[in-house]
Amino acid sequence: MILNSKIPEGSLEKKWENYKKTARLVNPANRKKLDVIVVGTGLAGSSVAASLGEMGYNVKSFCFQDSPRRAHSVAAQGGVNAAKNYKNDGDSVYRMFVDTLKGGDFRAREANVYRMAECSLNLIDQAVAQGVPFGREYGGYLNNRSFGGVQVSRTFYARGQTGQQLLLGAYQALMRQVGKKSVQLFSRHEMLDLVMIDGKARGIIVRNLDTGAIERHAAHAVILATGGYGKIYYLSTLAMGCNGSAIWRAHKKGALMASPSWIQVHPTSLPQSGDYQSKLTLMSESLRNDGRIWVPLKENETRNPNDIPENERDYYLERRYPAFGNLAPRDISSRAAKERIDAGFGIGPLKNAVYLDFSKAIKEQGKEKIQEKYGNLFDMYLKITGYNAYQEPMMISPSAHFSMGGLWVDYELMTTIPGLFALGEANFADHGANRLGANSLLQASVDGYFIAPYTIANYLSQEIHTGKISTDHVEFEQAEHQVKQQIENFIHIKGTKTVDYFHKTLGKLLYDYCGLARNKEGLKYAIEEIRKLKQEFYKDVKVSGQGDQMNTELEKAGRVADYFEIGELMCYDALTRNESCGAHFREEYQTPDGEALRNDAEFQFISAWAWKGENNEPELIKEPLIFEEIQPTVRSYK
Amino acid sequence: MDLHLKIWRQKDHQSEGKLVNYDLKNLNSHMSFLEMLDTLNEKLIIEGDEPVEFDHDCREGICGQCGMMINGLAHGPLEHTTTCQLHLRSFKDGETIVIEPFRAAAFPIKRDLKIDRSSFDRIISSGGFVSVNTGQAPDATAIAITHETAEEAFDSAACIGCGACVATCKNGSAALFTSAKITHMVLLPQGKEERSNRILNMVKQMDSEHFGHCSNTEACEMECPQGISVLNIARMNYEYGRALFFRKK
Repeated sequence: MILNSKIPEGSLEKKWENYKKTARLVNPANRKKLDVIVVGTGLAGSSVAASLGEMGYNVKSFCFQDSPRRAHSVAAQGGVNAAKNYKNDGDSVYRMFVDTLKGGDFRAREANVYRMAECSLNLIDQAVAQGVPFGREYGGYLNNRSFGGVQVSRTFYARGQTGQQLLLGAYQALMRQVGKKSVQLFSRHEMLDLVMIDGKARGIIVRNLDTGAIERHAAHAVILATGGYGKIYYLSTLAMGCNGSAIWRAHKKGALMASPSWIQVHPTSLPQSGDYQSKLTLMSESLRNDGRIWVPLKENETRNPNDIPENERDYYLERRYPAFGNLAPRDISSRAAKERIDAGFGIGPLKNAVYLDFSKAIKEQGKEKIQEKYGNLFDMYLKITGYNAYQEPMMISPSAHFSMGGLWVDYELMTTIPGLFALGEANFADHGANRLGANSLLQASVDGYFIAPYTIANYLSQEIHTGKISTDHVEFEQAEHQVKQQIENFIHIKGTKTVDYFHKTLGKLLYDYCGLARNKEGLKYAIEEIRKLKQEFYKDVKVSGQGDQMNTELEKAGRVADYFEIGELMCYDALTRNESCGAHFREEYQTPDGEALRNDAEFQFISAWAWKGENNEPELIKEPLIFEEIQPTVRSYK
Repeated sequence: MDLHLKIWRQKDHQSEGKLVNYDLKNLNSHMSFLEMLDTLNEKLIIEGDEPVEFDHDCREGICGQCGMMINGLAHGPLEHTTTCQLHLRSFKDGETIVIEPFRAAAFPIKRDLKIDRSSFDRIISSGGFVSVNTGQAPDATAIAITHETAEEAFDSAACIGCGACVATCKNGSAALFTSAKITHMVLLPQGKEERSNRILNMVKQMDSEHFGHCSNTEACEMECPQGISVLNIARMNYEYGRALFFRKK
């Protein structure tokens, strides 16, 4: 298979304009004849469903939560990037494009990255028009702050709850369409399979999580906006329900998965405190604007942090990366923390954390100013840990976060299955091997508001004569049968171990062998172990209750079953990439001072993987990355 | 630490429910309340019982999905907290804890501790938005908004829609939830244009969902995880009167 990324003609800054000029349109009278399914109601899902609804298509919107407003975009804290240059500090679309491409270690498509930077300007306007209360200067104009990996202030924020406010804007736009009946809402529904007819995506099979009923839904196009799969590590910053099942089931139906092993480990989450723990809480990266990161100079330090004098502290980010200091990008900051922790300088009861210290900022700016900027984060820290971070440094630690990998999509955000689109974190597209802070909300939003409405219309223009799609097709019947069989299988295993036991065991394996650092031996070992664990799961898992009722354990079992296969593919992907780039750090490929060693001569491509059936090795298909505008350079933040 | 739990178990909306006793031993006091329920569920599954169904997702205090009455208080004993941010250190060793779902006519019970809060979504879809289509919004700084106004709007916009205000209200009123959205929108110039229609539609929807009336006990503000102020309700009442007065016939 040869991958066609469909990058439009013209110079970088003209590509999107050229695409929009030539994209086919659907006459308003014809739009009501076309049905679209959107799975997921986060920023990408809500915004695209609302946009397509207001254009006049029949939209069905699905989410597994009790309300679309709960989608995990709600939890993003720090901000959203836009190259508005309001601070007059030299920002521009081009500079944002360069920062993002460099941040992703030159493993993203130029055209996609440029388009994201370009659309960032419109997003702020759109959100403000919806009533998103972004932070403002005293004169009434929008304010910005800086974020990791960048030397300008281009991050717009709504206190530490930017994701919440952007999502509520998109949710409200969605609910407006629900009120107008242009969008039909199905909350507490989970997609369990993709239905294809004649090689095209034509519908989905869902389980009504309230009743257990299996339902069929047909459409002319299916959009997956289901977020990332970082919860595969069990301990991660993601919500408990976040999963990779929708994209994985689509993968098994023929959509390629790209760069699955690139999962960002966030440097500022709260450390693990015990075995019972269900997740790691993220503290916003924006804290690094004013917080200084350090560990004691002495190994196994036992003194209270406030009793350790300045000259006995190691501000290791400022030491190693003087140009960016505490604002070094996420992959670099996370690895630097791991390096200090592994070397025996970690702090906290489990020696698994580093300090994030605000004492200097409080002294210089006053407690009130810090409270205004980050008050909710300090409150959250107090609630979770019982410590007051105004009085002593926070303890933070790296944890699994955003998946840069996802379904392979072309410039139109269409997967290798015609009619199946993937938006936001569910696709692999714009972040390369590492996502810069505040680009996640941006990508999800621009995919949904500004890109998909054009590209999906271009696809749907060819579907006008298709007519209504019936759910009586044999393909629907087969997919439904398969889903029901899997559910029955889980219920009948009646083993001795819980689903969470398997999820936690898999998560630990991945942290150890396919986490912040990887090596060949470890990855091979992990593949073997994951296979064994998967076998054990199908023999010994215990799922209580029945399929035809509300049954959270059953929901979890399906997701964990998919995680085994995703985890295996992550290891394959990491194993084939003999280089270090972004979030992917292969221990065999590093410079003498411990920095990542990229290999452009051999690995300047996107790894797209095809499913070859259970227990078969997946097939690797390469999409070469061609850089026309800027040539990859060694990524240095020193 | 050890805990005695009395948990509301109810098969579905039609069935009768009851409090069931469970004992948990050797719990770590740093555990969150939901992790304690996870621990209980692991034990129930292994013992062959069905686990307790409860709503939760982000476990960071922001999604608003978790929510239950703990010893008669929405989200438990701490002020302005979600259930996921409540930790066992807030309880005593050996304590008995009663756990029930949020109760309100407008929040039917689905199973155990899970309830149906879609009435909130319907209130939003009746008018809790700015009617702007995608794509052609004016420049974001074209209309200046003072720092103070943006912050005040944010204070109201911060509502997470968890329903604690309804659950703790003796009338089961949604006044705090609805008024927070109305205040958020009316403070900003973008939301002002449709203020009259918005409030009339949202209040009408709120009334049709079987929420009770507000009788100003202010319990909602006490229990709200975001500390949303009851002054929002005062503003809603003002806006409602204003809208009726200026209503176009």
